[in-house]
Amino acid sequence: MTKQDGGKWTEKVTVLGAGDMERVLRRIAVEIVERNKGLDRVILLGIQRRGVHLAARIRELFKEEEKVKVPSGELDITLYRDDISVLADQPVVHSTSVPGDITGKRVILVDDVLFTGRTVRAALDAITDLGRPERVQLAVLVDRGHRELPIAADYVGKVIPTSRSENVEVRVRELDGEDKVVICEFAGGDGSGMEA
Amino acid sequence: MRGATAVEWRHRSLISLDGWTREEFLFFLEQTDYMDELIDRPIKKAPALRGKVIMNCFFENSTRTRSSFELAGKILSADVINWSSSGSSASKGETLRDTVWTLEAMGADGVVVRHGSVGVPEYLEKKLKRASIFNAGDGTHGHPTQALLDLHSARKKLGSLEGAKMAIVGDVLHSRVARSDIQAFTRMGAQVVLSGPSTLMPEDVGALGVEYVADAFEAVRGANILYFLRIQQERMDDGLIPSVDEYHRRWGASEKLLALAAKGALVMHPGPINRGVEIASSVADGPGSLILGQVRSGVAVRMALLYLCLGGARR
Repeated sequence: MTKQDGGKWTEKVTVLGAGDMERVLRRIAVEIVERNKGLDRVILLGIQRRGVHLAARIRELFKEEEKVKVPSGELDITLYRDDISVLADQPVVHSTSVPGDITGKRVILVDDVLFTGRTVRAALDAITDLGRPERVQLAVLVDRGHRELPIAADYVGKVIPTSRSENVEVRVRELDGEDKVVICEFAGGDGSGMEA
Repeated sequence: MRGATAVEWRHRSLISLDGWTREEFLFFLEQTDYMDELIDRPIKKAPALRGKVIMNCFFENSTRTRSSFELAGKILSADVINWSSSGSSASKGETLRDTVWTLEAMGADGVVVRHGSVGVPEYLEKKLKRASIFNAGDGTHGHPTQALLDLHSARKKLGSLEGAKMAIVGDVLHSRVARSDIQAFTRMGAQVVLSGPSTLMPEDVGALGVEYVADAFEAVRGANILYFLRIQQERMDDGLIPSVDEYHRRWGASEKLLALAAKGALVMHPGPINRGVEIASSVADGPGSLILGQVRSGVAVRMALLYLCLGGARR
């Protein structure tokens, strides 16, 4: 995710290639349909920034497989972060746009990596300010462990055990030119705590 | 407008727009777009500035700027205190410096200041150890947040300001808004022309770096933005304006004047408006009027400013 200054992160291993990512997202899409017994009242909310693109992929799969156009939106959690007053650099705000009223809907939150759980905590607060969904479920491409809050995902693409000195980088073609999940390692230091 | 490259935000205070780069303006305006989204929500609240204290210090009267800063701070969950000069210790002879040190001792993280004298915000910025200073108007020097909100509202309508023509009409001499707007709009690529009675123009109008055309009907020709400045009663008392009627006929916003501007031209005014003086009611309430849009932008712009300057670790 966040690259530290000086570019000391070095790519260690590729965990998912483009084809793997596609398959994993297909499975997640199927699980969402199964768990919700269809797509009635389902809304996809992608967390800025890569979650937004993953949500768009899942939406396409729904269209393809289920012939349903699921409303989808994007959620920026910056203003809800719990570390705003301690970060040296002010985090940049991105767009939040929600397809209509989310009250009574089943919101599927989509993010790339589940790590400490703090992003999801912030997202839940942001959602509370937008309405009162019937339920909120969480879909992530990668769960890398190291939770700091009691948060779990409903749909997980791949569990990747990592150490704190590693970083899981999800790349999507829309932003990064390729679909790929890699593990990076921070050379010469402790890379912990750089990801929300 | 989406996903503009992030610039490294280097400002802890806003004293003037001197030195702001085009990229900084663009970045700031994009952050403002997202604050606009927040204002549209049913629950207009985000916890970004929770625990921050903002002191609104107005040594000159203001309603919209003060309320707008107050609302911006409150939407972002800061605690906002209004400190007015009348009835405060300022009238008991306390110096400005002592007043503001007092505010800082109370734990202010941000101080919004409006003062009749030029340079007060800059002076405070030097004196304060910790708090950020936001200039809400200092004498005839500048009113940077007004310029930012004008920029934001015009840009939302026109898309880009590159190559747009803007006519600023009225009392440029006493206007801090004009000064900040000239700076902001020219930096964004607009061509600015000034118009108004020569008695209400600065002596060295050339030093502002823009053209002056006395005849408003000439100045607005083909303009995309018509910006009318407020005429204060004192100016008439000082004999700088012949009469309200004559002023209105020659430099006021009228349908006749508007007809010479570009098609779909925007009509802007910093408010509060004097109907029938610098602007006719039919124009103020007409389809091209952006006046209420400006007020709305004021809240979003100040949210972006407070967020960018007050968030993050303290210096």
